[in-house]
Amino acid sequence: MDKVISAQGLCLSYNKDEQIIVDADLSIGSGEFIFITGASGSGKSTLLKSFFGAIKPSSGSLIVGGVEVNKISASKLSFLRKHIGIVFQDYKLIKEWTIEKNVKLPLIINGYAKDVSDIQVEKLLNHVKLSHKVGKYPLELSGGEQQRVAMARALAHNPILILADEPTGNLDNYSSRLIWNLLEGANTQLKATVLVVTHNIPDNLDVEYRHFNIDNGSVYEVC
Amino acid sequence: MKSVKRHISLILALFSIVITFQFYTISDRVLNAYESNLNDNYAIILVTDKQIKKNTFTSISSMIKDVEEISTKKVIERLQSQMKQRHIDLLKLTLPHFYSIKLDHFAKPDEVKKLRKKLLNTRHVTRVEDFAQNHDALYQLLLLFKSVIILFVITIFSLTTLLIAKEMRIWQFQHNERMSIMAMFGAPVWMRSSILFKDAIIDAIIASALAYVTFTLLSFYKVAQYQLQNIGVNITLFDPIQDGMILIGIALTLAMLLSVFIVIAHKEEA
Repeated sequence: MDKVISAQGLCLSYNKDEQIIVDADLSIGSGEFIFITGASGSGKSTLLKSFFGAIKPSSGSLIVGGVEVNKISASKLSFLRKHIGIVFQDYKLIKEWTIEKNVKLPLIINGYAKDVSDIQVEKLLNHVKLSHKVGKYPLELSGGEQQRVAMARALAHNPILILADEPTGNLDNYSSRLIWNLLEGANTQLKATVLVVTHNIPDNLDVEYRHFNIDNGSVYEVC
Repeated sequence: MKSVKRHISLILALFSIVITFQFYTISDRVLNAYESNLNDNYAIILVTDKQIKKNTFTSISSMIKDVEEISTKKVIERLQSQMKQRHIDLLKLTLPHFYSIKLDHFAKPDEVKKLRKKLLNTRHVTRVEDFAQNHDALYQLLLLFKSVIILFVITIFSLTTLLIAKEMRIWQFQHNERMSIMAMFGAPVWMRSSILFKDAIIDAIIASALAYVTFTLLSFYKVAQYQLQNIGVNITLFDPIQDGMILIGIALTLAMLLSVFIVIAHKEEA
């Protein structure tokens, strides 16, 4: 199995005085489903951010999709992110764009032809049960609907890695179930590696997963 | 609606800057034309005891644009009926030569003083009349007008700069979020900045078009032209091609500078 994420002695910090992640060793293979849990402020989101280069390691090595994040250049960072789909707890949708344009964003960035991306967006909006909301802007949707748009955006370009930061944190049961189904589908059908940061792992998942926990800065696998 | 509001605030800021610039240009044209008029009507009168060649004067100072001898014929003709021919002939021999000296610009009082001194030191020059009192008063008035206009421009420019600075902060906030989201999906710098530049170009074009229409209407407004003609000033208030190009150039440059600043100052959300 190819490694998608490999970390050795990984340390993450926002300033010199405070280490958030200390000496973490991780090896995540292609097509795996990963959960990262931990208490609030334990560094789950920080660790996730390091996987798409938003935070560079203070020491140790981190390789994502074959790209060494420590020494990453702007062009390599852009290349790496083009192959990642990200879902945030606060959705991070572009408010002045319609939901179709938001979903289309990774397709535009990856240079997909207009007709191809139009079909893909239509398919995805159908998939997240939002085809009837075409033409709406994010602020015209409920939180659950916005997260479904964010999910569709993360899947639009068939990424090799999907990073989700508490994707169901503020959602109702219906939307939560839909999000988990989409993540499972991305993993089983698209063979994407899925890495989810969450407080609670849902009980009724149909996929096999690995579970890491963060406690006091150290990352360890829960058997 | 939000997007329209966002555009309007930058358009207004750019519009006020280009309007101020064009008003300054018009005021400058009016003052220059007025100054030129004053200079056309101003001359130094010189009295010499012997006829002097024109190039003698022009070599005295580069400020001297033209020298014209004032004919004494009319004075003599007027006296001919009252005097005997013998006396007239004698008068013709003893009458000094008069010259009117035109300058190439409306000189400062100091410059006039220096020129007067130089002229008085020239051989055969017996008297110089520079009408200093009248000239100095007009010069001071012109200087006052210029100062008032510069003060006005500085005030408006400072206010609009503050407006632009405030606008820049709002813009920075609005575009930062979108640019950060685009960056998270791997958009290169040019792609995430392109919307910002597109917005800036559109706003600059709208602002300069509004200014263009305003000044085109003003140039059709006969009262303004008529009032200027009354003080002997005949200028083009607004040149649709040259001024139009300058207006759009200023608006585009400012909008581009603003955008470049935002792109440089952009910090990705971590």
